[in-house]
Amino acid sequence: MITTDILIIGAGPTGLFAVFEAGLLKLKCHIIDALAQPGGQCTELYPKKPIYDIPGFPEVLAGDLVDNLMKQIEPFQPGFTLGERAETIEKQEDGSFIVTTSKGTKHHAKVVAIAGGLGSFEPRKPAIDGIENYEDNGLAYMIKDPEVYRDKKVVIAGGGDSALDWSIFLADVASEVTLVHRREEFRGALDSVEKVEELVQQDKIRLVTPAEILDINGDGKVESVLLQHNDEAKRMEVIECDAFIPLFGLAPKLGPIADWGLEIEKNAIKVDNTLDYQTNIPGIYAIGDVNTYPGKLKLILCGFHEATLMCQSAYQRIFPDKRYVMKYTTVGGIDGFDGSRKEAEKAVVKKIGNKQNV
Amino acid sequence: MSDIKMTIIDRDGQRHEVDAPTDMNMNVMEVCKAYDLPVQAVCGGMAMCATCQCYIISDHDLGERNDDEEAMLWEAQNVKENSRLGCQIPITENLEGLVIELAPEE
Ligand SMILES: Cc1cc2nc3c(=O)[nH]c(=O)nc-3n(C[C@H](O)[C@H](O)[C@H](O)COP(=O)(O)OP(=O)(O)OC[C@H]3O[C@@H](n4cnc5c(N)ncnc54)[C@H](O)[C@@H]3O)c2cc1C
Ligand code: FES
Repeated sequence: MITTDILIIGAGPTGLFAVFEAGLLKLKCHIIDALAQPGGQCTELYPKKPIYDIPGFPEVLAGDLVDNLMKQIEPFQPGFTLGERAETIEKQEDGSFIVTTSKGTKHHAKVVAIAGGLGSFEPRKPAIDGIENYEDNGLAYMIKDPEVYRDKKVVIAGGGDSALDWSIFLADVASEVTLVHRREEFRGALDSVEKVEELVQQDKIRLVTPAEILDINGDGKVESVLLQHNDEAKRMEVIECDAFIPLFGLAPKLGPIADWGLEIEKNAIKVDNTLDYQTNIPGIYAIGDVNTYPGKLKLILCGFHEATLMCQSAYQRIFPDKRYVMKYTTVGGIDGFDGSRKEAEKAVVKKIGNKQNV
Repeated sequence: MSDIKMTIIDRDGQRHEVDAPTDMNMNVMEVCKAYDLPVQAVCGGMAMCATCQCYIISDHDLGERNDDEEAMLWEAQNVKENSRLGCQIPITENLEGLVIELAPEE
């Protein structure tokens, strides 16, 4: 069982910044996310787009903002359970919680902060009857560990960046890569499209367009897929393979959190006050895009603010008898859990002192 | 420039007659959201999520789908001949009387 002070559900910008604010209060955090990488909407939807309304950054790419947040929280050594969806929550007698993921990983925490944004990003599945039977048996909708595909025959379907990027990556890992797309045009970065073309020339990727996978065959695991060429003849072809990876993008769904007994309004979790963003269940907070209250704005800046207030309240809940006095980081510095320490240079203060002494 | 009238049929079959401004650089998805209709618009209008998919019921000529719209509709579900992405349709005066129906959520 993973134990922590604050369990954060959602590794979007709000969840990541909550780790920093909690760290200043010496509270440990662990983050769960359904996606294989942190960053939430910033990484999943618009990593290469510039954001203009982060204070102090006239312009920052969404992906870079996430990289910076990860760097900023490094000293506080958060734990991550990635690629797993938070599924159930059980309140314990002492007021703490146990959260279990879709893969059965259990987390025990004194406080739970839901920073789930628009919901967990779920893969768009192709309409193939009985497709669930092959999930985790050769069929995957996202790649967590590319080594799984070493020396295997892989079929990837899709026309966006993920399909292109993973085809390129697996060309060096798998024994055979077939990329299938329903159109002839791809919607991805130009250099990725060019790289795929190059690998097709070198026979490292087999490209089949326009075509569609209609069925999966196999005894308990993927053994082949049935492909239909979208030409006049609608020719069918069976491709033998060990793995089928459809990458048709992701759509967010509030999912299991909706059944946790929390007050929900228009797909968002109602928080009854803007003092600390606590939900109707004491000890469970909702911060960032996932919550709603009068005047709510779904902006990264607002998520950061909510994370800060949530941590102060979580501290009081965990240590009801201790009084915390808020310190500026410029004054108090930052003590990482890894023993690192950051503080303002004292020399500046000394110089002023010297001057006064003269 | 004046407002146009358009009709949005929601997922329960209810018709909403709404006024949409032609001078605010809005698109059909934004009009739906402005009237609190259940359009998620997850990608914020980048033709990347298809949660703003709608069916064009009236016979207005909206021009060809752009490349991004076409590509997204290839990947989306419940797509019909008259499917369009609301976020890719700017509100202009020639859309007076437009009737659309929200596509089912995936
Ligand atoms: C195209 C676009 C442009 C934008 N531009 C701006 C901008 O310029 N400025 C700005 O301030 N904001 C912008 N936003 C909004 C901004 O991205 C969001 O406000 C922000 O991402 C919210 O952060 P969050 O951490 O609350 O949630 P998210 O970023 O949505 O992250 C939530 C995370 O929680 C995970 N999750 C949810 N439920 C579960 C579960 N049950 N189990 C496990 N994981 C779960 C999800 O997988 C996801 O990774 C933009 C959004 C979009 C789509
Ligand atoms: S809002 Fe995402 S496709 Fe239109």
